[in-house]
Formats: sequence, C-alpha cells, structure tokens
Amino acid sequence: MELLFKKIAQLSASLVFVILAATTVVLYLSAKPAIQEFGAGFFFESRWAVEEKVELSPAELSELELLEADKSTFISDDFIEDEDDFIMDDEDFITDDDMESDSNESRIVYGALVPIVGTIFSTLIAMLFSLPIAMGIAVFLSEIAPSALAKPVGVAIELLASIPSIIYGMWGLFYFGPFIADLFGGNTVSLLVAGLVLGIMVIPFMAALSRDAITTVPDMLKESAYAMGATKLEVIKDVVFPYAKSGIIGSIILSFGRALGETMAVAFVIGGVYQFAGKITDPTNSIPVVLANSFAESSGLSLSVLFYLALILFVLSFAVIAIAKLYFLRGK
Amino acid sequence: MKNMMEVKDLTFTYSGASEPSLKSISLPVEKNKVTALIGPSGCGKSTLLRGMNRIHDLYPGHRYEGAINLLNPDEKGYTNILDIKKEAELIRLRQRVGMIFQKPTPFPMTIFENIAYGLRLSGVKKRADLQEVVERSLRDAALWEEAKDRLDHDARGLSGGQQQRLCIARAIALKPEVILFDEPTSALDPISTLAIEEMISVLREQYSICIVTHNMQQAARISDYTGFMYLGEMIEYDQTDTIFMKPSQKQTEDYISGRFG
Repeated sequence: MELLFKKIAQLSASLVFVILAATTVVLYLSAKPAIQEFGAGFFFESRWAVEEKVELSPAELSELELLEADKSTFISDDFIEDEDDFIMDDEDFITDDDMESDSNESRIVYGALVPIVGTIFSTLIAMLFSLPIAMGIAVFLSEIAPSALAKPVGVAIELLASIPSIIYGMWGLFYFGPFIADLFGGNTVSLLVAGLVLGIMVIPFMAALSRDAITTVPDMLKESAYAMGATKLEVIKDVVFPYAKSGIIGSIILSFGRALGETMAVAFVIGGVYQFAGKITDPTNSIPVVLANSFAESSGLSLSVLFYLALILFVLSFAVIAIAKLYFLRGK
Repeated sequence: MKNMMEVKDLTFTYSGASEPSLKSISLPVEKNKVTALIGPSGCGKSTLLRGMNRIHDLYPGHRYEGAINLLNPDEKGYTNILDIKKEAELIRLRQRVGMIFQKPTPFPMTIFENIAYGLRLSGVKKRADLQEVVERSLRDAALWEEAKDRLDHDARGLSGGQQQRLCIARAIALKPEVILFDEPTSALDPISTLAIEEMISVLREQYSICIVTHNMQQAARISDYTGFMYLGEMIEYDQTDTIFMKPSQKQTEDYISGRFG
C-alpha cells in the first residue's frame, strides 16, 4: 500500500516532465517547416501574409517556367484581412512554386514581430497598471482593514479571480473600450484597452496571492518593529514587504505568465490587425490572439507558421518565469 | 532607589472579553534593577509586560484602567503612559521602553541595518554616527566579535542565540530607559540562554529591566525583585531572595516548590 502510494505520487510528478517534453517536441516538429522557411528572420519581420516577389536565378527560372502552365495567380491585396488571406495562402504555398507571368516568383511572407511586440507591450501595460493596485489591495486586506471587513472583501477578490476571461473580454469590448476611447481618444479596441483589461483581470489574482504571502509575516516580527518606534507605513515598507518578498514576486510572476498567454479577453479588445501600434491607443495584435483567430482557416505552411508562433510564446513564457525565478529567488 | 516605572492598580481587559485579564496590578520597576515576573501560563504576566510599552494598542478595543507611570527623562515626576493618545507620542514611548520577544525577530535586512533601524526611524542619517552606535550596541550585546566581519550579511543567517542578542543590541541602540523581556530565552538552547542571562546582568548597570520568564531558576539567577502572578492578580512582590526562600503567601510557596503551575 505504502509502495503503491509512493509509485502513484512518483508517476504524477514525472508526468509533469513528460507533458512538458511532449509539448515542446510537438510544437517544434509542427513548427519545423516554418522555421526552415523563415528562420530567425521571422522574429524581425513585421509583415504577415504579404506577398513578396522573389528574384530568381536564370536556371531556376527556366525550371519554373515549365511548371508555370496553368497555375492561377493570386495577389493578396489586403493584409489586414488575414482570415481571407489564409485560405488563399494555402493554395499559394503548399505547392510553393507558383509564380507570376513576369518570371518572378512570389511568396507569402509571415513575420512575428507585430504579435510579439503587441504581446509584450500589452502585458507590460497590464503589469504596470495592476501592480500598484494589487499591492494596495493586498496590504489593505492583510494589514489595515479590520477583520470584519477583510474577510468579505477577501472572498470577493477570490470570486473576481475566478471569472472566466471571456467575460472580461465582452465587458472590455462593449463598455470599457468605449469608455477608454472617450477618455484618451483613439479606438475602442487598442493596445491600451487590451493592456488595461488584462491588468484588471490579473488584479484579483495578484492581490489574493500577495495577501496570502503577506499574512505569513509573523505578528511578533511586526510587533518588534513597532516596538522600535516604527509607524504602520514603516513596518509595511521595511518589514512586511521584504519578509514576504519571495511570495509577492511569485504572485507577480504567475500574473505575468497569465497575462502573457491570455487569449479570449485580449482577442476582444486588441483589434487583431497586423500593424504596430504607433500610438498606445492604436489597435495591434498579440500572439495568442493570432493563434486563436487563425487556426480554423490554416493548413500546411500557414499552420506551421502558427506553431512557430506558439513555440515563441511558449519559450517567452518559459524564459520570463525562469529568469524571474533565477534572478529574484536566488539564494533561497 | 528610584522607581523607573510604576504600575498602579492596573486593570486590563482584552477587546471583546467580559472579564479583565489583569486585576488591580501594582508593580514597581526599580532603576538599574532586574524585576522578574513569574507565574503559570495564562496568569497575565505577558499581558502586563505588553501594557508597559502599550504594544497592546496595535490592536484596537483593549481597555486599561489605573495608571502606568514612567519617570520623566529629567527624573522629576512621572508621566502616566496610559494618558498617551497621539501616535507620535506612542512611538516615542516605545523608543524609551524597549522590548525583546519570545522568539528572535531579526528584520529581513542586514545585521548593520537591523541595529541602525531604530536610529534611522528617529531621524539619524549620518553613516559615521550609525556606525558608532552599531559597534557599541553589538559590543554591549556581546555580539561584536562574531558579527563584525559580516555586518552586511542578512541577519537571518545568524544562529538563534545570536539573533536574540542582535535583537537586544537593536533595542539598546536606542538607549531606552527600560527594557522589557518577554520570555527571551524560551526558544533558545541552554548555552545561548546562559549568554543572554549574563548579558542581562551586565545591562542592569545601564538600564532598568523587567523580564517575564517561565523558568523560575532563571528568575532566581538574574533578578533583584520578583513578582508572582496568578490568574491575573499580583499575588506577591518582593526581593527575589525573599520570594524564593520564605514567601509570605501560600500560593507563591506552592508554585515555587513545584506543587502547581
């Protein structure tokens, strides 16, 4: 019985690594065609599903002319309407040898720069917005509010943390977006709205976790700071936060990871266009939104491109958490 | 000999409790003497101690009646610390009446910053001044030799006994008039306990000390006066020798001889 229990526990633990490894392998294999096609240039390419003419050497040309015969040509005309593009892309791309009559090959270029930048910036806006508010809530609940107030508010925060993200997305699209647009100008869907909706979404999450970390500070430690003549603010600043540091940073990392991969809420409010947000109130795109919006219409290379993008998001999340752990929690 | 502090007819009721936890307690804390409080668990000795720097007031709703008088710095007359209402004056009181807790409570900062913390709070900024006080306090707490090479290390890396001496050093850095010890050795091994006890008998030359202890031998070893408390009342207060050799109350004698408690 003892042995069986040990084995089951061991199995559950090793399952984590199996899943992690399997995910990585599948992502990599599926992304391989796109990686071979675009290489590292994918990171720095800001165009998405745009046709590009490729100059070919005479030898290649003659070879291609033979194949030219009855290929239909297609020029993608509007890269913003990506969904339409994808369907066509497949025809273009799977064969990978169609060309235009002026003996130049054209190919469709995919680049990840816009969604990468959009993801990073929307997450940063979310963190900048949520961090001070979440810390304020956590400190209030654990140190300032009388317990008659702290308990119900604490439960409310935990309930908020459990609201499905699509509800935040709808609220963001129909109410919050227009409100922000009135306030700051610009579009009702934009990088700013996405960042703020994300921020609002992670506030309860971050606040609840940070509060839990702060409540682990022993009363005696706080009392000894008061006994030195510290005020409440000084106790919180000098004793509570440093003591609960690793727990608070943990809550920030988890929230960061959540914001980075958030799909539904962002899909509603970021705009989903493949262009950089010149102003913070412009619409742009993020990796999970591209994935969610495009999977249904993709196959072949365009699907592989999505896997490449997914791999980037995977590595990005992994790197953020790994760096944060190494940097902040070293010596623990 | 002058009394540094005088507790007079103190009745203390915890927030929400119907019965008072301390009933008409009177206790003098003589200057440059060690006063010990003994008694079984729940007798109110820690409650009394925590009233003497009003650390109780961190939590709302507790009620005091009576007086706790603290000798004014000019040694002319007393101030009743229960009259203090303003936060700033409470802070000043806590700097004059320091406190050491049951467990070592090093702040999450370096050894140097731990000692300098109280001074920084009271507005001392010059590094040279801080350095001087840190060294002197650590020497007084017999920790200088062990800590001088790692002042910039996290204080939580010290051993339990060292941490408790650090807390004492931190308290005396503020030059308090009274130091309250709330079972300071209950979490320490016998050797560390001995070190703390030796330190207390040295500190007596400069400070007035009130110590709560579970350990009667400890009270007998280090204190000049002892108060025996039971169920929120001060049963007997006298010179330590008298309390331990020929107590006047039956209850005291029973407790001292180990018949209850």
